[in-house]
This record gives sequence, C-alpha cells and structure tokens, in this order.
Amino acid sequence: MSASGITVAAPGVTPRASAPALWLGGLLAGGIWLGAAAFTAWLPDEIEVGRTQELALLAAVLGGLAVLAALTSGLFGEAGLKLRKAGPWLSVLGLALIGWEWLTAKSGTLPLPFFASPQGLLEVYLEDWPRLGESVLRSLWLLLTGYAIGAFAGFVAGVALGWSKAIGYWVHPVLRLIGPLPATAWLPIAFFVFPTSGSASTFLVALAAWFPVTVLTWSGVVGVNRNYYDIARTLGASQTFLVLKVAIPAALPQVFVGLFMGLGASFSVLVVAEMLGVKAGLGWYLQWAQGWAAYGNMYAALVVMALMCSGLTTLLFKSRDRLLAWQKGTVRW
Amino acid sequence: MVSANLQTAGSAAGMAVGIHGVSHSFQLEDRPLPVLDDVSIDVQPGEFVALLGPSGCGKSTLLRLLAGLDQPSEGRVVGDGADITAPDPSRVLVFQDPTLYPWRTVQANVALGLEARGLLKTQGHRVGDAIRLVGLAGFETAYPHQLSGGMAQRVALARALVNDPRLLLLDEPLGKLDSLTRLSMQGELVSLWQRSGLTALLVTHDVEEALILAQRVIVFSPRPARIAAELVVDRPYPRHRDDPHLVELRRQALSVLGLDS
Repeated sequence: MSASGITVAAPGVTPRASAPALWLGGLLAGGIWLGAAAFTAWLPDEIEVGRTQELALLAAVLGGLAVLAALTSGLFGEAGLKLRKAGPWLSVLGLALIGWEWLTAKSGTLPLPFFASPQGLLEVYLEDWPRLGESVLRSLWLLLTGYAIGAFAGFVAGVALGWSKAIGYWVHPVLRLIGPLPATAWLPIAFFVFPTSGSASTFLVALAAWFPVTVLTWSGVVGVNRNYYDIARTLGASQTFLVLKVAIPAALPQVFVGLFMGLGASFSVLVVAEMLGVKAGLGWYLQWAQGWAAYGNMYAALVVMALMCSGLTTLLFKSRDRLLAWQKGTVRW
Repeated sequence: MVSANLQTAGSAAGMAVGIHGVSHSFQLEDRPLPVLDDVSIDVQPGEFVALLGPSGCGKSTLLRLLAGLDQPSEGRVVGDGADITAPDPSRVLVFQDPTLYPWRTVQANVALGLEARGLLKTQGHRVGDAIRLVGLAGFETAYPHQLSGGMAQRVALARALVNDPRLLLLDEPLGKLDSLTRLSMQGELVSLWQRSGLTALLVTHDVEEALILAQRVIVFSPRPARIAAELVVDRPYPRHRDDPHLVELRRQALSVLGLDS
C-alpha cells in the first residue's frame, strides 16, 4: 500500500515542460470571446440597438483568432511568447465586454442616452467613420505642426539660455513670467490676434509645448559636467563643437523629459482650442456630439483620442530609446 | 611599433615646461583664496615629474594652468619657451574621473580630439592605434557604462594620446581605481612614457605612486601650495616598492609632509 502511494505521488512533482506547444491562457481567452459572441447574438436586446449581429461576429472572429493563436503560438517563437504575456488581459477584456453588454444592451441597467452599448460604439465607427477620420487627421495636423514649432523653439531657447549669459539675461525673466501661465489663458487673445482660428490654435499648442521643453533643455545644458567642456577644450574644440557635440548630447536625456511633458501639455491645449474655436478635430467632434446628445459618438471619439495620444507618446519614447541607447535603466513605456 | 605610429605627426620629443614664480588665487564671494604661492619648477623635455602634496593643496590648479584652461594670477607658465595662454592639443589633461562622454562609444570617445580639429578623415587610423596601445582592442563599440573603472581610465588615456601630445598632465589618474588595477596601470604608464618620450607631470597624493613613477618628486605644503622639498628618484625602471633607496625617499617625503610619527 505505502509503496503504491509513493509511485502515485511521483508524477505530481515532475516539472512541466517550460514552453508547451499548447497555450492554455489563449484557449481560455478564445473561449471567453466566443462566449461573449454567443451572449451577444442569442440573448435578446432589452433596449433598441443596432449592429448587435456585427458585434457578435467581431467577438467571434477575435475569439477564433485567440483559439488559433493558442494552438499555433509555439510556431511563432519570440512573437508567440509576447502574445502569451497578453493572455490574462485578453481574457479580462472578453469578460469586460460581456459585463458591459449585459449592463447596457441586454438589461438596460445603464440607460440610454447617457451610456453607450458596445454595439452602439461599433455603429458609430461603421457609420460615422468619414467624419471621425477627418477629425483625427485635422487634430493630428494641428497637433504636429504646433508641437514641432514649439518643441523646436523650446530646444533652441533652452540651449541659448544655458549657453549664453547675455541671452539668459533677456530671456529668463520673460520665461519666468510667461512660462507658468497656462497656454489656454491666451485663448481669447490668440483667437482675436491671429487671422484664422487654425493659426491661433497652432500658436497655442506650440506655446504649451515650448515652456517645458525650454526649461528642461536649459537645465540639461546648465547641468552638463564642466569637465566635459575642459576635456574638449584641451583637445582643440571650438565653441560650435562644444555646443553641438558636448552640450546638446549631454543634455538630451533632460530634453526628452521636456518633450514628454510638452506633448502632454499640447494634448490638453489642442482639445480646448478645438472645443472653443476651431471647427474641426476630435475636440470639436466631442463638443458636437455632446450638443446632439450623441453620447455614443462621444465615447467613440474618446477612445480614438486615447489611442492617438498614447500612440504619439509611444512614438516619442521609442525615438528616445533609439537616440539614448547609451543610457542605462530608463523608464519603460 | 604602435607608439611609433602615434609619433609620426609631431616632433617626437617631449615639451620643456617652465613655471616661473606662479601664484594663483580663486575669487570666493568675500575674499580671495590663495592656492599657489610663488611656485617655480623647470621640467626638461621627456622628464617624468610628480607633484606630491596633501589633498586640496592646489596641485590640480597648477595642471589647469599648464593645460591653458586658467591663467595664473601672477607669474608665467611656459611651454617650449612660449607663454601658455590657451588650451592646445599638444598639452593634454587626464582627470581622476575618466570623464568619458557616456553617449559615445569607446571608439568615438577616443576620436574626440581628431574630430574636434577636423582631422578624423585624414588621421582616423590613429584612433585604432591608440585603442590598441592601451590594450582595449575589441572594445571599440562598447559604451562607457559597460566598462570597468580601469578600462574607462585607459580609454581616457587613449583619448589623450591619440592627439600626439608632447606634454601629458595627469591629475591623479589612478586615484579611483582599486589597488590591483592601480598597480598594473602604474607599470603601463611607465612603459608608455618610456616608449613615447613625452614629458609627463603627475599630480598625486600617494607617496609610493610618485616614487615608483617619477624621476623627480616635488613635495608641496598645504594650501596655499609652496614647494616644500624636491626629491630626485635616481633609480632604474621598473622599480620595486621594497627598494631600500625608495623606502628611504618615502620616509623623507612623509617627514616633509609632517606624517613621520
């Protein structure tokens, strides 16, 4: 008896294979999404919503893809491993979809028009995509031109402030007075002074990005180890070389902190400017949707806006990682 | 062979250095702080001289004057008979901290001087020579944060030597290394100096290091630095720490510094 007990216990402690061909988490996620599809398709809607079958189809496709990935992820090597890490998130998102669907379309606990159902969002994307797409492009254009101008001006101003005492004398007081003022405070004046609301908004977005980039570039240049300059000078470096090849690269980590903060500031100014003056862009879309009590459109635009801001921030961090590969232990985004 | 390569562009001999009645003081907020008091030293071309003294006595300031980074308040510093008024690649400084540029690879750090003077295209091969000279071949693409302290200091040395200097100003270059690395780098410094024939001035507060490396040791008083004694170390290289002659000189130096209890 006791001998057989030992032999039974043995298989339990043998370690499992480190990378099984079958991805159980993916199978679970796929099951949940397929369940969400069935839930959406077969449970009757409590309130009147369209596109229910399309939503079910979408969930079914995602669930099918997850199951497929679960069966084959072993074949994809590195990418397969990355996907495996996302498994718990995929499952939770599927559950969240079921919960959301039940609270809105299936039970009506969260009533229209203030809460949108998943198929409501899908309907907005399927039917209003031209307007939404144009809004995204308008916002992106305004943001990128304004941010580029502001970041460039801030970078130049920061380097000049850190490098030249004469420039510092004149620019520093201006920076101290104007910089902390929120760029949105300029809104009324900007729309009055500038010929078009577009140029006014570009100015405001640029101003919002300018301040943090200036301050952090400046502090980066000032904080450069003095010995770096001494070394370069003894080796025959000119002033230009000291600025371009010593001060600026040494200050770059700080510059990127400024660029990051400036990007956040320009997002907020962008939305406010579009809500108050510009007749295009995601901020305007939000305002317009609210005016028509089209809350589904509002949520849809918010999701798009979040993706846009997050995407741009990711892009900034990626370019930083590329440029500052020499640094150790930087923040992961 | 490698060092011969490094010598081709300049006249091979070291620089003659003259320090004539130099006094220097820093301007603090309320009053001047004297750091050098009437210092006069003559250094022959190709000589290795150590400047020994307590921490913060003003030795490093003297090197900065010789590098041309600062001007003396009084007196003259002269290189090959000409007043030193500005930095020049013929006089290079190596600090206690390697102060490598963290955003540049070893290769790009060593190339700094050539790049600054626009010589990288024509004399770029010297970069590789200098890296080999300090024994770091194979580490060209490493970044400073990947190097040990001793390796980083070697890169700093290569960055100085690639410019074909005639005067090497060493500001406690081995001060932050662990004791084993330090011993081996002392030997390397001596052989490098012997092969290149350049003039070397070493600031240190390590009596033993001064005696192992230099032909002449100038002992300074505490701040403001005055020359307290001059010891001639007339022993062949490589030297040994337990050489009775060096032990005697060490005793003398310590007694000048007031540490012979």
